[in-house]
Amino acid sequence: MIAVLALVAGVALGLVFEPTVPVGLQPYLPIAVVAALDAVFGGIRAKLDGVFDDKQFVISFVSNVLVAAFIVYLGDQLGVGGQLSTGVVVVLGVRIFGNVAAIRRHLFRA
Amino acid sequence: MTSPHDDHTDTGLGWPPPDVEPEPIAAESATAPASSGLRSEASAASGVAEGRRRLWARWPARAKRAPASTVIGLLVGLLAFAIVVQVRNNNRDSQLGTARQDDLVRILSDLTAREQRQRAEIAKLEQTRGQLASGALGREAALAEARRRADELGILAGTLPAEGQGLSIRLVPGERGIRAATVLEAVEELRGSGAEAMQIAGSAGPAVRIVASTYFVDGPDGLVVDGHALTAPYTISVIGPAQTMRTALTIPGGVADAVQRDGGNLAVDEPGLVRVEALHPSEDLQYARPVS
Repeated sequence: MIAVLALVAGVALGLVFEPTVPVGLQPYLPIAVVAALDAVFGGIRAKLDGVFDDKQFVISFVSNVLVAAFIVYLGDQLGVGGQLSTGVVVVLGVRIFGNVAAIRRHLFRA
Repeated sequence: MTSPHDDHTDTGLGWPPPDVEPEPIAAESATAPASSGLRSEASAASGVAEGRRRLWARWPARAKRAPASTVIGLLVGLLAFAIVVQVRNNNRDSQLGTARQDDLVRILSDLTAREQRQRAEIAKLEQTRGQLASGALGREAALAEARRRADELGILAGTLPAEGQGLSIRLVPGERGIRAATVLEAVEELRGSGAEAMQIAGSAGPAVRIVASTYFVDGPDGLVVDGHALTAPYTISVIGPAQTMRTALTIPGGVADAVQRDGGNLAVDEPGLVRVEALHPSEDLQYARPVS
């Protein structure tokens, strides 16, 4: 419940303040968002499986974001930032699809 | 991985469930390659999970539950915020600001190549336009030139009326009249001094345009010019350099003297504008054809 409220509040804040992303963060924010989405879907799936754990969710959320951003940063330093961020997005996308499939099986039994 | 309880006692951190701390990390790191770390945790280490359940039961809800869900809410709110910010940002600056350097270089080279192609096309089109314009211009110029030449030739051939500066020469006969030869001499003299259009009028009747083929003969009552009988006095209207023609007529032993020898009088008048409006009927050439 708090999560849903926070979701709405976050959207509202983003709409109200319309902040600009700092230039230094611009390559990392999209990847971080995708990583966090992965964590959120994983959390929903765990909730439906009945094995949700607050602490693990928080840690996986933060570490997903940090690791994704770090990988992109590393890729930028190595000169393969574009390819590496594409790879990260692909991997996270596959995971998101897997989680969403599990969620779907839970919700619709199909 | 190792016994978490020892860590807990050793570290002595103030946070309530230090036992749990290593567990999720250990579980997650062990199952990270799998799809969902959270779910697989349970299957990973049942003993660990059991210990944790015991711990959760031990720690009251106010100490652990509320902060955890608050943190989750904070994270989810942050995620929503970041998504909205990113989406808006992405829409706003059309992704160029977030593009990487090599992408920017590629875009730039694309744009440069496209610009070169466009420039080449512009140059080609401008060249075509120049050709068309010069063609139209040339046609127009040729047309204007042809028109001008036609006007000139029309004036010379006597088929067009003309006006301009010139002289009006009045020939008043004496007792011996004005001889055709004198008039012809006057015409030749005027032509020699640059006359461009001439006509001769008698005391009555229409004027006669003087062209290259005009002839002058003495008739019973005066002059016959191109078949038209004219009676004295005669008026020659001539367009050309007035000063030169006047000098040519009054040269000693010239036309003026010849008229005076016959007892007549030659009066040269210089009106501002001389009009030569008598026309010579154009005749079709029977033998001569233009060479082209």
